[in-house]
Amino acid sequence: MATEARHVHGLGEAYKRKEDARFIRGQGNYVDDVHLPGMLYGDIVRSPYAHALIKHIDISEALKVPGVLAVITGKDLDAAGLAWMPTLSNDTEAVLALDRVHYQMQEVAFVVATSRYAAADGVAAVEVDYEPLPVLVNPKKALDPDAPLLRPDKKDRQPTNHIYHWETGDRAGTDAAFAEAEANGIVVSQDMYVPRIHPAPIETCGCVADYHAATGKLTVWMTSQAPHAHRTLFAIVAGLPEHRIRIISPDVGGGFGNKVPIYPGYVCAVVASITTGKPVKWIEDRTENLSSTGFGRDYHIHAEIASDKDGNVKALRVHTLADHGAFDAAAQPTKFPAGLFHICTGSYDFKKAFVEVDAVHTNKAPGGIAYRCSFRVTEASYLIERTMDTLAHRLGKDPAELRMQNFIKPEAFPYRSALDWTYDSGNYEAALKLAMKNVDYEGLRREQAEKRVRGELMGIGISSFTEIVGAGPGKHFDIAGIQMFDSCEVRVHPTGKVLARIGVQTQGQGHETTFAQIIAAELGMSPDDVDVEHGDTDTAPYGLGTYASRSTPVAGAATALAARKVRDKAKKIASYLLEVGEEDLEWEPGRFYVKGSPDKGKTIQELAFAAYTNCPPYLEPGLEAVNYYDPPNLTYPFGSYICIVDIDRGTGQVHIRRFMAVDDCGTIINPMVVEGQIHGGLTQGLAPAMYEELAYDENGNVLSGSFQDYLIPTSMETPSWELDRTITPSPHHPIGAKGVGESPTVGAPQGIVNAVVDALAHTGVRHIDMPLTPWKVWQVLKEKGLATD
Amino acid sequence: MSKHTISVKINGTTYEGTVEARTLLVHWLRDDLHLTGTHIGCDTTSCGACTILVDGKATKSCTMFAVQADGRELMTVEGLEQGGKLHPLQEGFHECHALQCGYCTPGMMMTGLALLRSNPNPGEEEIRVGISGNLCRCTGYVNIVKAIKYAAEKMRETQQTPVATGEGGGD
Repeated sequence: MATEARHVHGLGEAYKRKEDARFIRGQGNYVDDVHLPGMLYGDIVRSPYAHALIKHIDISEALKVPGVLAVITGKDLDAAGLAWMPTLSNDTEAVLALDRVHYQMQEVAFVVATSRYAAADGVAAVEVDYEPLPVLVNPKKALDPDAPLLRPDKKDRQPTNHIYHWETGDRAGTDAAFAEAEANGIVVSQDMYVPRIHPAPIETCGCVADYHAATGKLTVWMTSQAPHAHRTLFAIVAGLPEHRIRIISPDVGGGFGNKVPIYPGYVCAVVASITTGKPVKWIEDRTENLSSTGFGRDYHIHAEIASDKDGNVKALRVHTLADHGAFDAAAQPTKFPAGLFHICTGSYDFKKAFVEVDAVHTNKAPGGIAYRCSFRVTEASYLIERTMDTLAHRLGKDPAELRMQNFIKPEAFPYRSALDWTYDSGNYEAALKLAMKNVDYEGLRREQAEKRVRGELMGIGISSFTEIVGAGPGKHFDIAGIQMFDSCEVRVHPTGKVLARIGVQTQGQGHETTFAQIIAAELGMSPDDVDVEHGDTDTAPYGLGTYASRSTPVAGAATALAARKVRDKAKKIASYLLEVGEEDLEWEPGRFYVKGSPDKGKTIQELAFAAYTNCPPYLEPGLEAVNYYDPPNLTYPFGSYICIVDIDRGTGQVHIRRFMAVDDCGTIINPMVVEGQIHGGLTQGLAPAMYEELAYDENGNVLSGSFQDYLIPTSMETPSWELDRTITPSPHHPIGAKGVGESPTVGAPQGIVNAVVDALAHTGVRHIDMPLTPWKVWQVLKEKGLATD
Repeated sequence: MSKHTISVKINGTTYEGTVEARTLLVHWLRDDLHLTGTHIGCDTTSCGACTILVDGKATKSCTMFAVQADGRELMTVEGLEQGGKLHPLQEGFHECHALQCGYCTPGMMMTGLALLRSNPNPGEEEIRVGISGNLCRCTGYVNIVKAIKYAAEKMRETQQTPVATGEGGGD
């Protein structure tokens, strides 16, 4: 057989991205690039107060502004039953505020005009009379008797600011293990805050809503990570027939979880289009994006580990206070209000664990979403990796040694955790050993000891994280009740070229290339002959979207299985054409041939042609298949990161000297894309560790509402990441892949914080909260008498 | 609001237009001329997604009024490809996987072009300094640095002399 047919650029090949062609020419099609004839622009009047009553809204001056056509207020929406909308977490959120605003920058009115500028003029001309109310910023005071009640709208079902209490694990067994450790072993505890941060994709959120009264069809170009789920939600919330709603998520300029929820601006644009009969564009600016749309994290965590005197861990106990802001708009599966936070036993063999989370309202923007993270895995991984270091320091043991000692052993998989997850596969020792070898860990420890003698501060931080990604299974995971499966439809055209449509959507992950490679591998053809479409609900099969690293684990599986269905049918056609039984056929990439007669065969292209021109009479003509995949389990990517830092004693500046990341995401489809994902993910792990925080003052004013205050790492702060890998395929995924987009964001922050704490551990420092700004570190240096002039 | 007629040469073609004095250059390019390759990411001159060349100088077009461009020569991402041939920067970004969502890419390439015109053989640190006004949320910059190095080498190999002004072509 010709080698040409065998080499298909399938799995494992750094195939260059197909989607690049349009992006490098400036020919991407992002939402704000959509221009429709007669299109109007919407802009939002927002509250300057974090908590206030709305006494009156005067739109008369705004309506006099040239170009302003309409101003929609909460009362207008209320008349249509649209003033409130459901969140993804069983709460309701104001689309436009009625009588009260709950956070600074909350949506109050929507101005519709003929241009962006006229709309902004209209916003400036709307007069709102507010009566400020006491502001609640600190979640720890949310349940105080004198705390203002933030949500009187739901006081019948929730009489205080307490949203939920959630717990899981064996409380009694865990308490008993702690009692035993108190008596005969060791108990360490660590308080830590995982600050409120924002995904801040460079493209903000926005949409163009286009309603045609004659056909009743609503088309919405929308920055959406989950177009089908959004279509269903629009149908339910707006009462529109779902088959007449088309969501198009075109090119999306980064998502990272920010584009999972439905925001008031989308709903207002839809209402405005229905009202005016014209297409309406709404694009938020950066301040609106940072101040009002889905934030991540904001967990106040208290973690405790019980171990014996040798450091063999026994039990983990965690209590967390979650700040959801004014509305609980967390994007979580219904069953799990704190997401997959109970993966917090991490890579270690804890026999007992108990976790509880209490969530409260404050006068801050609603959320929180899973920012580049599979539903609170980042917080979980941070707490266990930080607390393991606290235990190591207490024992005077090397953190690497303590980890090796307590890792779940490779032979223990599939492993049932104390909090009831079944880890599919892993080899944690191998990843940590490789990372240690790559950085010469022993040598670094020697260097550190020498430096300490000289008074220099150098730290080595380890993070041996375990992820849990790829939701479903559908019986446990959902979005607003819709089960988390995913899908792919593969159509082979008569000439052997393929169009594939997937239920997930890309915001830069490279699906158009990697999913083509999956099909290429299954059908033995070039990825160039496979086009992958996504993001259009009128054409793509139903899927739940791209977040929580679920594209490859779920839709990737659906893609492989749909392609296999196609191949199975091609085999039947080959059997007919070659006049042999199917059992007498062998497959090699791109071709079926008769066993023992390799020259007697048919290529997949020939079989595709036959499917339309000479199909066996007992088969349906055509060659296509669709697969809806409900995964049997999640996947559990893992890795070990080692970060080496030097601290300037004069300024508190932390310099990351090296960062070695060993990742294991199972089978790799495209190493180039995986490497790119890890580079980006590590940078989004560096960001909260060192720079980013969505901070508020005591009046609820957003202190980091622009890129001048919300400090995204630039090329100057970002180190040259060093990468390596181990490969432990997922046993239950059709191609063994696990997903990788979020591992580095989950794993990196604690590597950096552990390194900084390690540099100072000899002075008794056990923890510093993120972000590790020079000011914060310098204060610790000063307190410990380490600061120099 | 006063209106002004402007004439601007962009990627070798002269465009005439009538704009309000307050119209930002980036909005004129995108909304009136439909040159949508130039993006908007921040409103505070921080992210660089809107970077274009104005008379050969890398400029954030969200922080310039359209009237200020009157009589000047601009180059946007749409002017990089010439005669069906990709610019070495475009090639480098593709070859080195220097883009993911693609949103910062046009601005990043235009900044890279200005950098390479002033420094045809930059080292890693010089490239990092050169692009430090352009934010990327996807790539961690590692591959962007590689892509600009790739382009630098390619441009030197083909002995393309950097030109002083910002008209299309010449690179």
